[in-house]
Amino acid sequence: MSFFREVYSVAWADFRFLRHNIPNVMISSVMSPVLYMIAFGFCLNMTDIEVGDTTVPYLAFMIPGIIAMSSLTGSFSSTSTRMNVQRLYYRSFDEMMMCPLSNSSIVIGKAMLGMFRGLFSCMLMFLIGFALANDSIHLTPLFVVTLLCCTFTFSLLGETCALMVNSHAGMATFSSLVITPMTFLCGTFFNVANLPDWAQGVLYILPLTEASSCFRAAILDISSFPYPFWALGVIIAFGIAFFLIDMYLLKNRKV
Amino acid sequence: MVDSAEEPEYIIDVRGLVKKFGEKNALNGIDLKVRKGELFAFLGPNGAGKTTAVRAMSTLTGFDEGTIIIGGHDVVKEPKEAKYCIGVIQQHISLDKDLTVWENMMAHAMYQQLPKEERKKRIDELSEYIGLGEYYKSKVSSLSGGWQKRVAIVCALVHRPQLLFLDEPTVGLDIQARRGLWDLLRRLNDDGMTIFLTTHYIEEAESLCHHVCFIEKGKIIAEGTPEELASKVGKVTVEYFGPDRKTQYRYFGDKAEANAFVAGLGEEYNVTIRGTNLEDAFVEMTGNKIGDNGFMTVDGKKSSGSSMGGKH
Repeated sequence: MSFFREVYSVAWADFRFLRHNIPNVMISSVMSPVLYMIAFGFCLNMTDIEVGDTTVPYLAFMIPGIIAMSSLTGSFSSTSTRMNVQRLYYRSFDEMMMCPLSNSSIVIGKAMLGMFRGLFSCMLMFLIGFALANDSIHLTPLFVVTLLCCTFTFSLLGETCALMVNSHAGMATFSSLVITPMTFLCGTFFNVANLPDWAQGVLYILPLTEASSCFRAAILDISSFPYPFWALGVIIAFGIAFFLIDMYLLKNRKV
Repeated sequence: MVDSAEEPEYIIDVRGLVKKFGEKNALNGIDLKVRKGELFAFLGPNGAGKTTAVRAMSTLTGFDEGTIIIGGHDVVKEPKEAKYCIGVIQQHISLDKDLTVWENMMAHAMYQQLPKEERKKRIDELSEYIGLGEYYKSKVSSLSGGWQKRVAIVCALVHRPQLLFLDEPTVGLDIQARRGLWDLLRRLNDDGMTIFLTTHYIEEAESLCHHVCFIEKGKIIAEGTPEELASKVGKVTVEYFGPDRKTQYRYFGDKAEANAFVAGLGEEYNVTIRGTNLEDAFVEMTGNKIGDNGFMTVDGKKSSGSSMGGKH
């Protein structure tokens, strides 16, 4: 019980911060995914696409990709930005480190804001997608499981970045080098299976590729395109790796 | 836990503390003991190692050698227990400026695992003690530096720590805020709290503290009460300004010796005879002068003839 109380203590302040910034959160959560949806889903007149042995409209194919992308950008950016500001500018992160909280509760507690923001963003995209392509989009238990795993993992990645990077400019560089390429290349807007083997090999190193596959299988719910449980395992493995790195950084006072 | 029967009166017991940054030793084997209920000052210029020592004692940074026992708990082996004993006010305001005053206080109360029913009561009690109640709903970023410091104090005290660390608490405060803070620290100390502060303001250490420790280049060079430290160089100081346009100092055991020395000076000297203070002791022991900008070398220290040889 003490662990959960500590996690709640850490997350509480972040949710108060969220309460003060609801309009900003709403706008920033919706804007870029909607713009991608308009640009790729409507303006480019993409043809239908083959998934398993079924053909689906490109919009229906793209919506799970945009949800995967939202889970990354929403969770990563809100966790990393807030932690980076608390650590380097307000120095209030130091205050928390001097309190009798375990490192694991700090890592989990700080991931809650990003997780919530990612969930909010993804659910919003799901609702928009459902309104636009309700024949192909399904709310399944595996979608919920994937959503929870992805937002948590990407939130922990945000912490890793915030704990390792020592300037705001460094954060921007990390986003430009890692996050932005992932959002476009990891099967969010196209089928990775159509790429050469070597390119697939590279892209499957990045967790967003697995996330896109999982979301697509869970949302489209096509029998010939089964849910890739191995990919969910990879996402969870990434989450465990990020958690351990965050624990190491806190324990060794690398922050 | 260490044997509490061994030295129960010490709330801080530091032995052989070494902290390295790369090749450079920020702390060079510090030994330090602070008694319960003391108001203790760590006095030294910028870069002396004061903040590094406080960060190590408050568990915020690791260290390379030595042991730190806080309230009977080793900060490496029992960090959680040690953390329950301490409150820390850092040099720079380290509050969450996106949150309100009340939210910052409540967050600290929660971090400190205060029972739910006690949190609000404790925050109200402390805010009244410090005079913060009317600012509860204000964003921290809208407050002046002095008020932000007060919020930081409430946050640090919310769990009733036995020991309060303050790192350069009055840097950047105007004189009224500084005096207000001094009064508050005296009140807290009167109520039984041990206070450990670092400062480079001589007058702060001299007027507030029972015990002062000089630190320079990561080493403790002297410690004692302000009076003991001052009297180590001589009870009476002669300060004289002559044709060479430099102020020079000599220290004497009593006023008669000082008067005899002054009688031997020519009429061209402008002379002041006064009691020796902490600044004299620091300059004499280190050869450096502390100022608001930190570390300044006193020109012509040797030519001033101010060595302790002046004390007979």
